[in-house]
Amino acid sequence: MKVLVGIKRVIDYAVPVRVKADKSGVEALLPKLSMNPFCEIALEEAVRLKEKGIASEVVAVSLGPTHFQDTLRTALAMGADRALLVAPPAPPPPAPGSAAAASPPSDPAAAASSPDALPSPLGVARVLAAVAGREGAGLVLLGKQAIDGDCNQTGQMLAGLLGWPQATFASKLEGAKGGSSVRVTREVDGGLEVLSLSLPAVVTADLRLNTPRFVTLPAMMKAKKKPIEALTLAQLGLDPSRDMEPQLATLRVDEPPSRAAGRKVGSVADLVRALREEARVL
Amino acid sequence: MLSAIASSGRRRVPGSYLRALATAALGLRQASTLLYVEHNGAGGIAPATLSAAAAAAQHLPGPLEALVAGSGDAVARAAQSVATVPGVTKVWTASDPCLERPLAETHAKLLADVASKLRPSHVLAASTAQGRNVLPRAAALLGTQPVTDVVKILDDNTFVRPIYAGNAFATVQFRAPPAIRVVTVRPTAFPAAEGSAAAAAPAEALAPELVQGAAGVRAAVWEGADVKASARPELGSAKVVVCGGRALKSKENFAMLEELADLLGGAVGASRAAVDAGYVANDLQVGQTGKVVAPDLYIGVGISGAIQHLAGMKDSRTIVAINTDAEAPLMALADYGLVADLFSAVPELLEEVRKAKGKA
Repeated sequence: MKVLVGIKRVIDYAVPVRVKADKSGVEALLPKLSMNPFCEIALEEAVRLKEKGIASEVVAVSLGPTHFQDTLRTALAMGADRALLVAPPAPPPPAPGSAAAASPPSDPAAAASSPDALPSPLGVARVLAAVAGREGAGLVLLGKQAIDGDCNQTGQMLAGLLGWPQATFASKLEGAKGGSSVRVTREVDGGLEVLSLSLPAVVTADLRLNTPRFVTLPAMMKAKKKPIEALTLAQLGLDPSRDMEPQLATLRVDEPPSRAAGRKVGSVADLVRALREEARVL
Repeated sequence: MLSAIASSGRRRVPGSYLRALATAALGLRQASTLLYVEHNGAGGIAPATLSAAAAAAQHLPGPLEALVAGSGDAVARAAQSVATVPGVTKVWTASDPCLERPLAETHAKLLADVASKLRPSHVLAASTAQGRNVLPRAAALLGTQPVTDVVKILDDNTFVRPIYAGNAFATVQFRAPPAIRVVTVRPTAFPAAEGSAAAAAPAEALAPELVQGAAGVRAAVWEGADVKASARPELGSAKVVVCGGRALKSKENFAMLEELADLLGGAVGASRAAVDAGYVANDLQVGQTGKVVAPDLYIGVGISGAIQHLAGMKDSRTIVAINTDAEAPLMALADYGLVADLFSAVPELLEEVRKAKGKA
């Protein structure tokens, strides 16, 4: 069984972000981009499936500009056999009336941080569906959400487009060598749920599926020899204007509402008094 | 049969009558919302669905129709409950063994097929584990990009949603309004509809061919669940949430927080660190990737306040932090910060709250 893993490059989870002055998007306070943490978990699971002899090949795929190769290189160092980088369509013009329309960002780095610069989950799902078909994937593993857009949609949409069964928010994945199904434990409201999926299927990883391995220097050196294939949308049979057109425009991005300053209380008695008399919540 | 479905259930509310006439004159579809109902099989409607119903009733134009899918008696019971939710004008029911568990494959297929027939302007659900599992799949079947976890509805085409773990709020709008807009709303952002409608909305079973369409899809097989029954209020809708972090040091020590939560009539939550350390079950995790809570009172005990945790609780009305570290990020956010050792402060707090409750 061939396993396809979707990889997204995002602002590192530990880097604070702030809303840009022109409200066109957010900017990172440090220029550090990394693999989305949930994608790392999905990839780790795929590599473990290969180590157990269940998966025959692990293929990492990302949609993005050429410099996304860095992230795919990390994926290869973690144990993916090869990688595919699909070139995205040119970013759409900003929506009329949006903050970005007033001052179009001139440098590519600024453009990349605009929320509309990257394809929507529906566009990504269409690309992944085409890649899954081309590769003859038996299982597609994705993260449950990207920590930038927080959409939590791509895996579900991909499964819908392919007509494959899905198991989202997976915390355990069991399969057998040469088996035709996988057993997935899902994190749901109130507890856990176990599903059995006949292959091919789509699974999205939750935090507790595994702990991704660290990339060692020898693995990184070895990864340099592994192939990264560049693909265009046309090669996948996709029409950028029809399949990748973003249906949503981000009009503006705002700061979260700020809270009134709090204060320190000296004792538990003070705290209870404040909660009763000021906040009136007791 | 299908045409009957498409033309029925279009009861207009008086205020929108002129608007309806105008849209009819322009040859456009009339606005209406199809609500995907989450229920427990015993007639109980998920509190989050009540929030979604309130969001639709208050912020989206046109009638609000509910879809209840399930198997056996559960459907009729849930339909009865949802029929009296304020704002709901019609309840569609779908009963089939294939719909018994809310599997994404069957439920999304049914939802997409029903939406294709009824042509609502919006398909809506609460952003719960179930809503997030089903709605994007249904949207893909409809060929539309969904908008998830909406915290504000500005108009029927414009929505506000948090991005980057709630560190920014994006206002998004459909460039060209799609035929059907698929939206999930964050339950804590819309207070649940209270009380019940004067008259129960009429219920009608969907055409059998619609339901059978769902039975034909290749679906996952439900094998079992480990869902804990708890006497405490549900974390997502509790008025008081007591959260513990790694500093609790053990599973046993969480008992103090449970006692405090029970005393305050609240729910217990936890940071990722506490869940990963095995102190509590993972469904109690509060944060970007766990539950989002917005209670009247949030008490964070031994929680430093990583960005990912703050994303799940910073809309709480009153925030209390109890921590030995005065510089912890949660302290900066808290309305009341108590710099103290939790192992002395929590028992003392239990004592003081008991006293205070006794006086009240």
